[in-house]
Order: sequence, then structure tokens, then C-alpha cells
Amino acid sequence: MSIAPSWYLTLAAMLFSIGVIGLLIRRNVLVMLMCVELMLNAANLTFVTYSRALNDISGQAAVFFVLVVAAAEVVVGLGIIVAIFRRKTGATADDVHLLKD
Amino acid sequence: MLDLVFLIPLLPLAGFAILVLFGRKLGNPLAGWLASTMVLASFGIAIAVFTGLFQRQPDNRSYTQHFFEWLNVGHLHIGVGALVDPLSMTMVAFITGVSALIHFYSIGYMEHDKDFTKFFVYLNLFVFSMLMLVLGDNLLVTFFGWEGVGVCSYFLISFWFERPSAASAGKKAMIYNRIGDGGFLLAIFLVYSRVGSLSYTYIFSHLNRISPTDMTAVGLLLFLAAAGKSAQTPLFPWLADAMEGPTPVSALIHAATMVTAGVYLMCRINPILHLTPDAAHVVAWVGAATAFLGATSACAQQDIKKILAYSTVSQLGFMFMAVGVGAYVAAIFLMLTHAFYKALLFLGAGSVIHAMDDEQDVKKMGGLAKVMPITAVTFAVAWLSIAGVPPFSGFWSKGDVLQNSWALSPGLWAIGAFSALLTAYYMGREFSLVFLGESRWKGQNTTAKSHELHPHDPRFVMKFPLVVLAFAAAFAGFLNLPFHPDFVFLEKWLNPVVGASLLNHNFSIGAEWAFALVDAAIAIVGASVAWSLWKSRSDRENLEPGLLQKAWGLDNAIDRLFAKTSERLAVLLAGSVDLKVIDGAVNLIGKLTVSSGKIFRKVQTGYVRMYALFFTAASIAVLAYLMTRVAS
Repeated sequence: MSIAPSWYLTLAAMLFSIGVIGLLIRRNVLVMLMCVELMLNAANLTFVTYSRALNDISGQAAVFFVLVVAAAEVVVGLGIIVAIFRRKTGATADDVHLLKD
Repeated sequence: MLDLVFLIPLLPLAGFAILVLFGRKLGNPLAGWLASTMVLASFGIAIAVFTGLFQRQPDNRSYTQHFFEWLNVGHLHIGVGALVDPLSMTMVAFITGVSALIHFYSIGYMEHDKDFTKFFVYLNLFVFSMLMLVLGDNLLVTFFGWEGVGVCSYFLISFWFERPSAASAGKKAMIYNRIGDGGFLLAIFLVYSRVGSLSYTYIFSHLNRISPTDMTAVGLLLFLAAAGKSAQTPLFPWLADAMEGPTPVSALIHAATMVTAGVYLMCRINPILHLTPDAAHVVAWVGAATAFLGATSACAQQDIKKILAYSTVSQLGFMFMAVGVGAYVAAIFLMLTHAFYKALLFLGAGSVIHAMDDEQDVKKMGGLAKVMPITAVTFAVAWLSIAGVPPFSGFWSKGDVLQNSWALSPGLWAIGAFSALLTAYYMGREFSLVFLGESRWKGQNTTAKSHELHPHDPRFVMKFPLVVLAFAAAFAGFLNLPFHPDFVFLEKWLNPVVGASLLNHNFSIGAEWAFALVDAAIAIVGASVAWSLWKSRSDRENLEPGLLQKAWGLDNAIDRLFAKTSERLAVLLAGSVDLKVIDGAVNLIGKLTVSSGKIFRKVQTGYVRMYALFFTAASIAVLAYLMTRVAS
């Protein structure tokens, strides 16, 4: 028996919301990066679900693009995080506010 | 033979290109020899083309060679081409000939100059531009050459630009010429809008499309152009200042060739002037005024080159007088002979300046005939030619001009005759002061250099142009002898170009003789008065009134009227308009940016989560908007 697509979509929506809320309320930059990944993967889940439900392969193709972009994003993001931690030990996102000045 | 004509301007252009690229490697004096050879070769080809044209039937002596299309926009088609006819070939022959001689002379004159190569770069570019000017088959090509010679004139007047006076003299020449160029451009626009073409042959065969008023306007506008280039009243003060350039430049550009471009232009458009007697009369009277003002100013100058400069102004006035009365052949005849004797005078003056260690004040010279015999003899030939003593060339050419001016108005003749008298006088004064009398340069150090002066004739490369030009100045009169219809070679030669608009007058044989005798008497009286007054004295202040030394104050008047007024206007505008209006507007924009930035920068908190919140909120808002659209 197959599970109805609405389950998957609900799961994706929940993952996405967790990601958004995490991004907004957590101050640890590493966690914030993980939240962004969570949102991206929620979107991927949606793509794949619709691809199966509508029998259209292009949704799966889009997922590959998202994966590639996510990989690149992780590279840049981790690079920034490493740079931050080198300058300030135990820094949170709020400590990095040079733009204000 | 005629199809070689493209080589005539091409060779100096090639010389220019080679000198620009490799001039430094060639160095001194090889660069000079290369430049001179190019112009000499150009002269050889000019003679070949000239001969080719001569062998044709008189009514078939017009040949156009099309080089390439220049402008093709809509209905405007302008090509670059050469119009070979008796007028242009006469010009080309004497321009290349005199230029070649002056190029050789410059090798000697400029030998110690650090910018030797640069000098020949400009000189070759000048010859190219001048040849394009006279060979151009339409008004725009002529204008191209016109601007080219103007630029070269600027470069060469300001050649020693470390001297502030030379730099400002160059600017002055440029600005005065701009006034004339404005007239030239307006004339081109007017002709194009009426006729629809700029080619000379087309314009002259469709003159009926131009209304009489427009015809007068075209004539006067082109005369304005010619007045700027050829230093006519009131646009002549630049020519006196142009003497700041090296002397070969004064000889070539500001005496023999470039300044005669205006006369050439007037002769080229003779069918237009023929149809508009009003404009022609303006030309004649302005020419007469210039002849008078120039001659009187020359009488009081102390600088050896300034005398010659005002003399050039005066002689150009004679040429315009001839053009104005319709005596185009006389104008060209005088232009030819003038090119020879005035180039000779300047080169002679250059030899003197060279020998005197750059001293130019005639009051500090004297007695040079003993130590510089060749210069003195050739200078004397030029003096007698310009004075109009028979049988030297000036007698024939100036006599031709005066006789024709009588046909229009005896008043014009009187001004011309008086100016001719002064011409003989001031040149006699210059010759006497420089070459006769005591050697006033002895015992005094003319410049800061401490060594004693030993003036002597220049080296061969400077001497032979003097001798060649002296022969030309003495015998060029035989180009157009009035005795018999068979001897008027120049008139017959130019007939296909100017014949239809030539002034027709018939003086009896007796009248012709009377004119000749009066001319000769004027020349001899003027020359001998000068000789007796100045041969042994150099201080006669009552004969050198200040007004004439300042050339009737025209330069000052123009300076005060235009330069000082616009300077005051500029100061006024700088204080009020520039500081308050323009700076105020710029500062206002700056202040607006700063203050708005101060307000909006508060949005930038620097907290990443703030940005994330904005981003999320905005995404939700966009999503909500899209959903409402889908719903409706």
C-alpha cells in the first residue's frame, strides 16, 4: 500500500517551518546553517513528492540542482563560519554586526 | 601623366608618416634630408603633371582624379579627389618648389635645435595639408586642407613653446583662424543646402540654383574665411605675432604659401564672385585697407621679421584688391612673385638672425653687406622686386594689380599706389639698417653669450635656396609680360579657369606706358628716399610714430574689446553663477544623499536574524499576494 502524497507534503511543510523558526530564533551560526539545509531539503521533498504524484520526471531534475546549490552553499557557509570562529571564540550570529556601524 | 597626381600629396604624407614612426632613429640631419627629398620628389611629379596638362588643348585642361569615397550619408556623397586644372597646378608647382627650397634651408637653420626631427614632421604634414587644400575637388576637401594647414601653423608658431610668447602667439593664430573657419563652414552649409553638392565643377554649373542674396552671403562668408587665413583687416594681428616661430616657418607658411590660401580660395570661387559684385567690392576695399594698414605699420617696426610680417599683410591686401576688382590673373601673378621674393626676404632675414646670434632688432645690426655678401645681394634683389623696380618681378605683378584697380575706381588705385610707395620705402629702410651703415653690433654682446660676433654667410645648404629664389624673384615677371598678347603666358594659361569672370578693360598703349612709368617712378622714389634717409643713420624717431609701431592699435583694440570683456564676464560668472548656482546644485545633491542615508541606515541593524526575519516576512507577503491572484 502506498502512503498518500498529502503525508509527505505535510512532513515537508513541518520540516520547512522548523527550519524557518530555527533560523529566526537560534543564534548559533552552525545551527542556523543547518536550518537553512533543512528548508532546502523540505523543498526537495516537495519536489520529489509532486514528481511521483504527477508522474513528471522534471521535479526530480530540479532536486539535483537544489542539491548542487546546497553543496556550494555549505562550502561558502562553512567557510564563513570558520572565519568567524577564528576571529571570535564562541561567537553567535549577533556578535557579527559590522554592517550596523 | 596626369594620373600621377595622387603622388603629389602622398609623398609628403609618407614623409610625415616615416618621420613620426622612425624620425628619432633617423635623427639629425638624416630626417631633414628625407623630408626634403619627399617634397622635392613631389615637386618633380608636380612638374610632370603640369607638363601633361600643358600638352592638352586649352579647353580640355581640367581633369578630376577620384581617390576614394569619404562620406556617404543619405543624399550626401563626398569623395576625396584632386581637381587638376591650370589654377591648382600653378599653385601646386610653386608650393612644392618653394617648400622644397625651404626644407633644404631648414636643415641648416635648425641644425642645433633639439627638436630637429619634430620640425620636419610638422613641415611635411604642412606641405601635405597645403596640397590637399589646393588640389581638393570639392569644398570639404579644401576645408580639410584648410584646417590641416591651420593646425600645422599652430604647431610651428608654438614650436619653441617653452617661451610663453611663442605659446600664446600660436593660440592667437588659432583663434583668429577659427573666426574665418566659422565663415567657411557656414558657406559650405549654405552652398550644400542650395545646390546639393560640394564639388566645384557641379557648383559652378548649377549656380542658377543660388539666389542673388544667397550668392552674396556665400561670397562674403568665404571672404571671411579667406580674411582669417590671409590676415586681412581686421583679422591680421595674429600674423605679426606668428613671427615667434622659426624663420623658415615664417618664410614658408606665413609668407609664401599658407597665407595665400585665402587668395587661392577667392580665385577658385571666381564664378561666384563674378555674380555678386557687392561682395567683390567689399573684398577689393578691405584688401586696399589692409594694403595701406600693413604698409604703414611696416614703416615703424624695429624687428627684422615684424617688418616682413606687416609687409606680407600689405602684399596680401594687394592680392585681395586684385581679386575684388576681378583681376584674378593679376592676383595669382602677384601671389607667385610674392612667394619668391617674400620667401627670399625671410630666408635672408633668417641668415642674418643666425649670423647675429638670434638678434632680431635692426637697430643693432648694420654694415652686414661687407661680411655677408651673398645674403646681402640676394636680399637686395628681393627688396628691389617687392619695391617694384623694373625689371624685377614685383614691377610687373604689382603694376598689373594697380592698373586693374584703376579700372574699378581711381580711389582704389590711389590707396594702392601710396601703399606701393611705402613698400619701396620700408623695405629700403630695412635693407639699409641691416646691411649698410656702421656695424652697430660691434663691441656689444647682443645676447648673454660672451664671445665676439663674427657674422658670415651661412653654409651651402642655406645659401643655395637664397640664390635660386633670387633668380626666381628677379625673373618671375617674365611669366606675364604686358607688351604683346603673345607674352601674357600666365593669363593665357589661367584663362580656362578664370577667363569667364575676368575684368575686361582696354587701356590705350599710351595709358599702359603711363601706368608703367608711374609705377617705376613710385618704386624708385620710395627706395631712394629710404636709402638716403637710413643708409647712415639708425635713429629717426619722428619717422617711427608709436601708433604705427603698434600697427594702428588694432591689436590692443581687439584685445580690449573681446579678450578683456570676455575675461571680465568670465570672472563675473565664476563668482556668482559658478559658485552659487552650479556648486550649490552639486552640494545640494550631496547633502540630500547624506541626510537620506542617515535616515535609512537605521534599517541596517547588522543582526543576521533581523535580515532573516525580513526575508521570511517578505517571502510570505509575496506568496500571499500570488495566492490571492490565483484565487481570483
